[in-house]
Amino acid sequence: MKHTLAQKILQRHTGDAITADGQIAVCKVSLVLANDITAPLAAKSFYAMGATKVFDKDKVVLVSDHFTPNKDIASAEQVKVVREFARAMGLTHYYEGGAAGVEHALLPELGLVGPGDIVVGADSHTCTYGGLCAFATGMGSTDAAAAMALGETWFKVPPTIRVDISGEPAPFVGGKDLILNVIGRIGVAGARYKALEFGGDAIDALSVEGRMTMANMAIEAGGKVGLFAADEKTLAYCSARGRTGDALLAPDDGAIYERRLAIDAASLSPQVACPHLPDNVRPVEECRDVKIDQAVIGSCTNGRIEDLRVAAAVLKGKKADKNVRLIVLPATPGIWKQALKEGLLEIFMDAGAVVGPATCGPCLGGHMGILASGEVCVATTNRNFRGRMGSLDSRVYLAGPAVAAASALAGHIIHPGKV
Amino acid sequence: MYSGRAHKVGANIDTDAIIPARFLVTTDTGELGANCMEGLEPGWIKRVSPGDFIVAGENFGCGSSREHAPLALLGAGVKVVLAKSFARIFYRNAFNMGLILLEIGDGTAAIGDGDRLEIDIDKGLIKNLAGGAEIPFQPVPASMKEILDQGGLVGYVRSRLDGQPA
Ligand code: SF4
Repeated sequence: MKHTLAQKILQRHTGDAITADGQIAVCKVSLVLANDITAPLAAKSFYAMGATKVFDKDKVVLVSDHFTPNKDIASAEQVKVVREFARAMGLTHYYEGGAAGVEHALLPELGLVGPGDIVVGADSHTCTYGGLCAFATGMGSTDAAAAMALGETWFKVPPTIRVDISGEPAPFVGGKDLILNVIGRIGVAGARYKALEFGGDAIDALSVEGRMTMANMAIEAGGKVGLFAADEKTLAYCSARGRTGDALLAPDDGAIYERRLAIDAASLSPQVACPHLPDNVRPVEECRDVKIDQAVIGSCTNGRIEDLRVAAAVLKGKKADKNVRLIVLPATPGIWKQALKEGLLEIFMDAGAVVGPATCGPCLGGHMGILASGEVCVATTNRNFRGRMGSLDSRVYLAGPAVAAASALAGHIIHPGKV
Repeated sequence: MYSGRAHKVGANIDTDAIIPARFLVTTDTGELGANCMEGLEPGWIKRVSPGDFIVAGENFGCGSSREHAPLALLGAGVKVVLAKSFARIFYRNAFNMGLILLEIGDGTAAIGDGDRLEIDIDKGLIKNLAGGAEIPFQPVPASMKEILDQGGLVGYVRSRLDGQPA
């Protein structure tokens, strides 16, 4: 049988022949991940299962990134549980404090994920690693605990929606705009139980970081994974991070797709997802008069160095509107340091930004930028559910780093070419 | 047999609506339950009695992988959720935690907010005592039933690990 990327990767990790979508496949996992919100529950389930050791000390990764630096006593207690579990299990990869960053930016940077891997994480944006051609998907804490104990899990082989994107994108149109456009077209449930597979010349031209931004939001279309073939760029990215033995990986010619979608990247403006769902997507021009109180640049979607460079290019030598709080959170300590070296942080601070630590922070309404009732935020994050960033009466618009930076300057949502 | 009142909610009810992030500083089912649906409507929990059902539109449980969402529902006394459809991670989590999900498609239209229902899981039948409508549904898939019968995934893995050399 000709395999899609999803089927092909699953096949590598199971003894059963994968012959049809919908089939249940028990697969060995390459890596299991959890964070300071989900790992405490995973540890609880792990012990309740009667497990005493993880399947492989090098393949269970715990990152305390959501409410850290610990925002209150309760979150400090949770991180303590995670730390103690990591120690009890003798884990090689436990990250906290100055070693921690937003998990989905951190793991690729550390070379912990790569093409052909199966990664399960107790975090829905685990799908980010699809940008590196890993079958990576989010699960709950107890599923993660089972994978930590057994080194395997079950999957229903997903049917695949193939998305071909061609053409040269206009200035300021990046990975975020492409994926928002896809979500706008297929809806928040459009890829429910399914795999998304991306290809086409616009994808070939896109950076590995841009691909991770896109894969990150596969879940916002309900998808199980968002996969990109591993090409020379992928291999270069992985080997620069110390990985060895990775190889090219592409879907088979003649693989069967449930549905195909073709998008002309050249026709797109920067995209914005309006409240309160990520599929409420419009071109930036249609959101022009939306006044904002806050702009957030960061997260596992758009907190990488490339995103910070895009934002800095827009902000350079300018000042954020006096009514806007601009918050920049580089996603990992490595990105932070790089941004410092390149002088990007200075540009942000000169623009009036608060530059914060590598944390999820306000993305999930945790801390460091919570919205009051009636407030509006433009964010480079991935979810704009009602109340996601604070008050139930606040509103979040999702956009790429160029639009977020430009909007911070203007005080309202605006095309980055207009500032 | 399960019986209770129906509480109707809309489509795409996300995990931030079911249990907002600010309440994720505990793993305690009771505490989570006390704040169930705070992201949809503050004080929602006051209307719910143990054993009541949620009847939702499409894609119930979309968003994060937080297992705290099914736990919050269980903590609120909800044992069964009926919906047009469910989000994938939530679906898996719910059965792992012992929360029963029934995908009933357009059957939700025959249920009004506050209606009293009787649900026979084995027969695959919902009786709406308010209007007398009978709504059949596909029984829970066998693989999911197996996990439910073992009290969730914890019991399932425990039995597997018992057979392993230490
Ligand atoms: S940055 Fe936001 S979406 Fe990403 S892992 Fe953190 S909370 Fe989740």
